[in-house]
Amino acid sequence: MSTTASARTAADLRAADAKGRSGSESKAGAAGVWVDERTGLAKGAAYMMKKVFPDHWSFMLGEVAMYSMIICLLTGVFLSFWFVPSAGQIPYNGSYLPLQGVIMSEAYNSTLAISFDIRGGLLIRQIHHWAALMFCVAITVHMLRVFLTGAFRKPRELNWVIGSILSMLAIVEGFAGYSLPDDLLSGTGIRAAEGFIRSIPLVGSYISYLLFGGTFPGEAIIPRLYSVHVLLLPAVLIGLFTAHIVLVMVHKHTQFPGPGRTNENVVGFPLMPVYTAKAGGFFFMVFGVLAIISALVTINPIWAYGPYDPSPVTAGSQPDWYMGFADGALRLLPGFLEFELFGFTWSMNVFLGAVALIPLMYTAAGVYPWIEAWVTGDKREHHLLDRPRNAPTRTAIGMAAFSFYVVLMFAAGNDIMAIRLQLSINDVTILFRMLVFVVPVIVFWVTRRICWSLQRHDREKVLHGRETGTIIRTAEGKFFERHEDIDAFERWPLVAFESPAPLALTDTADANGVSSKDAKKARRRVVWSNFYFKTRVEPVTPTELAAAHHHGEHEAISGGSAPAAIKHDKHPH
Amino acid sequence: MSDQVTPTSGSASGAGTVSLDEGHHVGSGGLPATFENPGLPPHVHRAADDDPKAAKRAERQVAALFTLSILGTLGFIVSYFAIDRTTSVFLPFVGLTNLLNIMLGVCLGIALLGIGFGAVHWAKTLMSDEEVVEERHAIASSDAARADFVGALAAGAESAQLARRPLIKATAGAALGLFGLTLGVQLAGSMGNPTKALEELKQTIWDVPTGGKPIRLVRDPELTPIKASDVTIGSVFHVMPETLKELREHNVKEGHSEWHGVLEAKAKAAVLLMRLNPSEFKDDVLGRKARDWGFQGIVAYSKICTHVGCPVGLYEQQTHHLLCPCHQSTFDVTRDCEVIFGPAKRPLPQLKITVDDEGYLVAPQGFAEPVGPSYWERLK
Repeated sequence: MSTTASARTAADLRAADAKGRSGSESKAGAAGVWVDERTGLAKGAAYMMKKVFPDHWSFMLGEVAMYSMIICLLTGVFLSFWFVPSAGQIPYNGSYLPLQGVIMSEAYNSTLAISFDIRGGLLIRQIHHWAALMFCVAITVHMLRVFLTGAFRKPRELNWVIGSILSMLAIVEGFAGYSLPDDLLSGTGIRAAEGFIRSIPLVGSYISYLLFGGTFPGEAIIPRLYSVHVLLLPAVLIGLFTAHIVLVMVHKHTQFPGPGRTNENVVGFPLMPVYTAKAGGFFFMVFGVLAIISALVTINPIWAYGPYDPSPVTAGSQPDWYMGFADGALRLLPGFLEFELFGFTWSMNVFLGAVALIPLMYTAAGVYPWIEAWVTGDKREHHLLDRPRNAPTRTAIGMAAFSFYVVLMFAAGNDIMAIRLQLSINDVTILFRMLVFVVPVIVFWVTRRICWSLQRHDREKVLHGRETGTIIRTAEGKFFERHEDIDAFERWPLVAFESPAPLALTDTADANGVSSKDAKKARRRVVWSNFYFKTRVEPVTPTELAAAHHHGEHEAISGGSAPAAIKHDKHPH
Repeated sequence: MSDQVTPTSGSASGAGTVSLDEGHHVGSGGLPATFENPGLPPHVHRAADDDPKAAKRAERQVAALFTLSILGTLGFIVSYFAIDRTTSVFLPFVGLTNLLNIMLGVCLGIALLGIGFGAVHWAKTLMSDEEVVEERHAIASSDAARADFVGALAAGAESAQLARRPLIKATAGAALGLFGLTLGVQLAGSMGNPTKALEELKQTIWDVPTGGKPIRLVRDPELTPIKASDVTIGSVFHVMPETLKELREHNVKEGHSEWHGVLEAKAKAAVLLMRLNPSEFKDDVLGRKARDWGFQGIVAYSKICTHVGCPVGLYEQQTHHLLCPCHQSTFDVTRDCEVIFGPAKRPLPQLKITVDDEGYLVAPQGFAEPVGPSYWERLK
């Protein structure tokens, strides 16, 4: 692609021109040559176009998040043309009659204008809000998918951390966004947020005073939140998101185990044309679905709440769903966690739920890859995903953590539940206080059992084949169901997994019989390794399959030691 | 893996024979230890791959979807100009709703979904569905490249003479570390003057200057004074101080916006006024104090929750409980608004009230403690 510096004859130049043209007969090709001669992009572009992406429905979750974010950015630009980020008080004289003459902030006034006076403004506003909700849903489910399939393992730990930060910032961005209209509901949210900030030990009062530019509410918080919402956080989100995507490209996407799929390859479709059409088309699908939801389902009808006023409040005040877990934690934390010590007020009932919970939760998620790697001692690269059942302890940990999150989220609806179910709000809250501890334990236990059962089911399927539903009667009058062997392609995903054995202690003391620090560490690792892998199900081996096919040996092997809970159908041949 | 731990062998279910549904049967007879990857399954052709008619059909379907999208776009444009902004329409399951919003959203949805489904259908029926295998390469750079990097780094450090010039190292580090302060100080310093923070957290416009007149309680938002006789047993009033009216009048006189500082004042001054039968107060220290700070069973409490500051808006007449709708903290009016349930710790601060010569309710002094959520220096 480089031009030569040496002198050339006119004939040479013409020949080169002709060659250039013959390489690109179409106009598009000529344009490509023009661009490439100035950028040298052809090589990289060709590489990208041939890049292969594996197919699986769960890989679309991250795409939904990405597209929702792009839709938010797009509609957000529209909204910023009309929204006035000011807390200045003015009387309303727009076209929504019930609020005529009411004193309100310019922020609320302009949001009403977007909703009622600007053609299509309501649609854009609702798409923006629905897309934000979808963004947070998709990120959460995507994160769960990545965790449960072990996609965070080496070499993707950094991308998992970036994703965790993205996920946390997304909810902060959402909170900043829905606080902007300055309606009664969102204003009450900011009121509570001011209370949260105050609870920070040592510096809370000052931070609050600085952020609000004085006493709550002040006129500073709306423009400042606006700047955070449209400039600061989007910049960080886009930066991290770009890094996230670039790392996906660098690592090449993970894939589920399957015939022909190995840890050393990617099997799927190239970016050009299949993935461009599929992923590009999917963007339009997500956008289209959001547009139709926004046409039919009202979201955040700020006109119904009225402008913010610190005195009135609506019953059943709740934040958007993704802030629900923090709000739920606030509802559950008992008042006695506030205490006075050394002459200062320690408002832990607020601080723990409203300030500490979110960073703590995301930090715990962020460091998990290192915890698991320490337990397993596994330093290999992993490009093949685990089916969740094949990593029972990890799956159970993930589901337990998620159930903790879900219980807190539902706790934010304790008042609604009490009203709808005719229960006492106190009973509902006390129940949730218990559930938040009990449910994750139960979920852990049950999930692990389900994983083991599914693994055993896989073994059963590999060893004895599929039930055909055909009942056969033998000459002696015995009945049995014919099982059909599964083929090698169907079998492979069921047997292609590792079932690491727990570590055992071999040497606890040094030559002098003194137990060293290292030995202590090793013991700790053995304990954790046993927690993870003590009970496990191993993949079927060819020998076992041969044994299962061989009637006599099958009986001999499975007789006696099989736990009572596991039943075999011992059909005669 | 450290050399002090090794994997245990065999299945977890213990010694002896191994059950086939979970165990590990050690092989014999020349079978491999594990299954082999069977490789990609044979490619199965789609209808459109072999049958030109099916391919033509697929082409028409894709074109139809793209045409649908075009119609959606046209529909959007026509709706935008043709539909009146205020027209409402009744839709089943949706209810009475704005026609323009419905039409714009649905047309936009069709325009987008037409493209989306068209592209995906195109990919699924006509584009090659033969899977492509791309090899992965180790993420890490080669040893040579890494050595090159380390060499370049070391050569750079050597050329910069970092190791030999500790003075530069120290001052450069300090300069880089400190320069952030310039922007940090500007930002923090200009956001507000925090020296008044603690003072302002304590003040409300109920505070009566020494020797000043007691402040009348007025209805919110009408700002009309309240006669004790207006407050019947069981009733509840949302109350502001009369000084709020004065603040607004003062603003107008001074040429400010009438609403300057009004929300800030209201956010701390909001009060809830209730009348109980005096015998309903608990006969203990707290109950007696609540009654004594009131007037003939009329009591006034800060409406700002001591948890995170929501207005405590729900009063249960029968039980005399106040409930905060945000996080359900419950306060018992008969015991000086002690917390009886929920995440709040402290009772709502009581406003001492009495009546003036005209029979109107007045507060002779402000709150005895800061209102609203707790903060670090609350006791100072």
